[in-house]
Amino acid sequence: MTTTRRDFLATVAATAGGAMAPDLNHAQQHDHEHQAVPSDLTLRVKALESLLVEKGLVDRSALDALVDAYEHKIGPRNGARVVARAWADTAYKKRLLADADAAIAELGYGGMQGEHMVVVENTPKVHNLVVCTLCSCYPWPVLGLPPVWYKSAPYRSRVVIDPRGVLREFGTQLSDDVEIRVWDSTAEIRYLVLPERPAGTDNLNEEQLAALVTRDAMVGVAKTMFVQKGSSA
Amino acid sequence: MNGVHDMGGMQDMGPTHDEQNEPVFHEPWEGRVFALRRAIGAWRKWNIDATRYAIELVPPADYLRMSYYERQFAAFLEMLVQHNFVTREELENSVPASGLPKATPALSVEKANILITKGVPTKRDVRVDPRFGVGQRVRARNVHPVGHTRLPRYARGKTGVIDRDHGVFVFPDTNAHFLGEKPQHVYSVRFAARELWGEQGAPQDSVYIDMWDDYLEPA
Repeated sequence: MTTTRRDFLATVAATAGGAMAPDLNHAQQHDHEHQAVPSDLTLRVKALESLLVEKGLVDRSALDALVDAYEHKIGPRNGARVVARAWADTAYKKRLLADADAAIAELGYGGMQGEHMVVVENTPKVHNLVVCTLCSCYPWPVLGLPPVWYKSAPYRSRVVIDPRGVLREFGTQLSDDVEIRVWDSTAEIRYLVLPERPAGTDNLNEEQLAALVTRDAMVGVAKTMFVQKGSSA
Repeated sequence: MNGVHDMGGMQDMGPTHDEQNEPVFHEPWEGRVFALRRAIGAWRKWNIDATRYAIELVPPADYLRMSYYERQFAAFLEMLVQHNFVTREELENSVPASGLPKATPALSVEKANILITKGVPTKRDVRVDPRFGVGQRVRARNVHPVGHTRLPRYARGKTGVIDRDHGVFVFPDTNAHFLGEKPQHVYSVRFAARELWGEQGAPQDSVYIDMWDDYLEPA
């Protein structure tokens, strides 16, 4: 029923194309083993894809559609539109905080790895930030696929024990009296931070507001900034 | 499993590195691994919890050395063999064994678009009584399962308060091992930073962790 690590190693060792098996060609060229480099992986993944296509297990055009969707269609601009709408429309913001799935669907977003959404609101006294300490859970429909830092050990390990230190690395300084809430995405609920609307943006329309909202602000590692045109900042 | 993937609270992993103008995929093969995993997932021979467990089985030194997509690729190869999609010989030779009928792909373009826009919900519309209520003090159980669990080590034995009830969801600890969905309530539990980290935590800070009923006991 359960794969053990011993099974795992056995399979990887038996799999010449396995990502962790020593690459013989490479070893011969360089006379030593070292970690896989992208060109090896390019060949290995290509070989696996061909095998699975030849067996009729996968349809290449479906693979293309998946890659294209996350490279070109689904990304943090979606989340920025949600945030801008919430800033511009108090009734929408209320719906977003009460039932994020329905409110996000109003703008046409939703789906894989965002099936169950919760939006948490930053205020002058409360700062939220999101992590997945166990893997890489992230709200894809509104933010796209996560950046490398979000999936990496430094962020995953530290943000729960030293959130202020991590925020400083992102250039975000909070005053000592601000309450930090870290949301560890251990289940299938995906979190989006609703950043504070920056001062001086009263005259901006929704599209202009959305342009201010960054991915990092919606994960909670940055604040949303607005620099007035013509100001000397 | 008390594995290296369970990173919350570990120290000395280095600084975070925020790459500017980061591409979605750094190399085309990463996108192919991403897509292949979904296309094979559509055969419904496994579930998301099983895929997470397969990645947790990557040996710790490799887990830390490998990139995110390298880990996914290694775990994916293991699962393909384990679930009889391919044999080890086929992987070695990169050609299908002769004499087998060709299958029809489970994931068409049309179904891929449905997958992207609808996802795979894990909330279950079944009546299960919650064991805890909002505002109740609870303790995360001090347990150390050897299989898959989503109860992070840093919270075990710690006391928190139920902040909200998310409803009834599939239970990963059984689902990852194909032992049933065991649907139960998931709560967001608020743990004070001081409860988790002692004096190092700021008095007003907290960590909210999503927890299934089976992870909790009354405090």
